[in-house]
Amino acid sequence: MKHSITVEDWGLIDYIDGYERQKTCVQGVIDGQDDHLILCEHPPVLTLGRMTNPESLLYQPKDIKERGVTVTSVDRGGDVTLHAPGQLVIYPIFNLNKYGKNLKLYMETLEEVAVDLLRNFGILAISIPGQRGVFVGPEKIISIGVGVRKWVTYHGLGINVNTDLSLFNLIKPCGLNVRMTSIQKLKGQAVLMQDVKIKVIKLFQEKFLI
Amino acid sequence: MTKIILPELGEGITKATIACWHAKIGDSLKKGQDLCEAVTDKASFVIEAPATGKLKSISVDQGQEGLVGGLLGTIE
Repeated sequence: MKHSITVEDWGLIDYIDGYERQKTCVQGVIDGQDDHLILCEHPPVLTLGRMTNPESLLYQPKDIKERGVTVTSVDRGGDVTLHAPGQLVIYPIFNLNKYGKNLKLYMETLEEVAVDLLRNFGILAISIPGQRGVFVGPEKIISIGVGVRKWVTYHGLGINVNTDLSLFNLIKPCGLNVRMTSIQKLKGQAVLMQDVKIKVIKLFQEKFLI
Repeated sequence: MTKIILPELGEGITKATIACWHAKIGDSLKKGQDLCEAVTDKASFVIEAPATGKLKSISVDQGQEGLVGGLLGTIE
């Protein structure tokens, strides 16, 4: 069965402003509106998920602020992650009542979208059982963390397209001793964000039968 | 008395960690308000108060794991 969906591109948006808009969308979907697929980028921000280990922050808050990076706690699963311009952030606001109310399946489908997206760019990526996210060799390229309210999802994926990877030196991404990579790094040149967005929308339509 | 139960979160998920409680014992609750968050597999699931009343007991504290279908606390 096909589902209706509203795709929105918020461009570059402050993290907190984006979070408030997400909450409005979540309430709308709970109230019966179409699911939303939101694409955006954020100015540099470290977000601390519900399971953040304080040791995942490798610098004092003052030093992090001096790098022009803000820090905020968020209601998603997982540890700390970084958002910054050049990273495509995807917020699927999906009513999982339509998709079988299965969190594990939902997370796995997000990973499938991510792996297939990278294949579109000639990058062989994998998901690793027990470690959410998507990896290329030993390096991580896509982080995943979601929240769910009344079986409606929020938060989502961060895909490093042309991200300044040096900012990840501030943290242990997702609490792991892992290096981050990007499509730009792997391809040796920046890629057009618009191309990535078009492919993302198409893959979500395929995987979620939208 | 109303039991607060960790709901089914999907096939293959048998437990979750209580990331936080938004209320403490003795607090007045309204049915449907955010009560606690259960985290599994990098997903945080908001659990709402199943009834109006006072939070009488917490069986699974913040940071502890609860079993799907198991008791998290009670409302009276």
